[in-house]
Amino acid sequence: MDGVVQLQKQLVDYIASLFHEGFLDEQFNQLQQLQDESNPDFVVEVVSLFFEDSERLLNELAKALWVPFRSSSSFFNPNILFREQETIDFRKVDAHVHQFKGSSSSIGAHRVQNVCITFRNYCEEQNVEGVEPWHRCLKCLQQVKHEYSLVRNKLETLFQLEKQIIAAGGSLPAT
Amino acid sequence: MSSTNTENWMKDIGVVDLTGVGGGSTSAATKITALVVDDDSVNQTIHSKMLENLGIQNQVETIFDLILMDMDMPVMNGIEATRKLREMGVRSIIAGVSTCTRDEREQKEFMEAGLDDFQEKPLTTPKLVSILHKLNKKC
Repeated sequence: MDGVVQLQKQLVDYIASLFHEGFLDEQFNQLQQLQDESNPDFVVEVVSLFFEDSERLLNELAKALWVPFRSSSSFFNPNILFREQETIDFRKVDAHVHQFKGSSSSIGAHRVQNVCITFRNYCEEQNVEGVEPWHRCLKCLQQVKHEYSLVRNKLETLFQLEKQIIAAGGSLPAT
Repeated sequence: MSSTNTENWMKDIGVVDLTGVGGGSTSAATKITALVVDDDSVNQTIHSKMLENLGIQNQVETIFDLILMDMDMPVMNGIEATRKLREMGVRSIIAGVSTCTRDEREQKEFMEAGLDDFQEKPLTTPKLVSILHKLNKKC
């Protein structure tokens, strides 16, 4: 039983650290509070949906933003890069980021949500001349990917801990 | 979810019998139906669960007491959808649920399309209960 108690404490401390480091916010608590006996895997199900949607959205964003790099000759000629940037549909990019922001905020993935907010602001700068808006959007895409990857790992670790507690015959600590 | 909170919310919105005639059950109380309109599967799942936990049925083909309407949807946005529903004579409570819009004019347009209430995402159970109070007032 000592093992279970230790695991339970580890889980509580781990969740606290995720909140402290800003990976999760209060909305994750709301999600946990929706889970009940009739749907004991609700949080895992919703977060899995979030992972699926996020992978799809990241692919769509990568496609929408990397158009200029299809032309290898454009790499050395900033004028060509600039002309090709005009073919980027920033409204589409914004729509994808908006959706990503929405779903990340719904599950409490705070840092992902924050990067999406910055990303959307740069999408709005599409009317600024030069390649800066595109470069900034690319950088945001990298940041979103990074933050998503971090929170995904953290949540998978959390769910693993929960599984270990259940497998050891314990119950999950109350949130 | 704290069962005390849930029970209090359910009593608050009338889906649990307060008179004691039904033994505090849902059978003697108000039955509320709702429709969640959102293109995002994560939000659909969360909002449906919130409604279910409050004893509210999320159904597809019925006359709804409540419609939770997302603003940004690809084919028809929430403003247009709300307008169309009101033009069709739908009298359900329609609550706009959307992320904070930078454009206040857009939010005003959403309200003017026929919303009874607007709540910012992420939706929480207390926000949903606040919307449902409007339902009780309208009845």
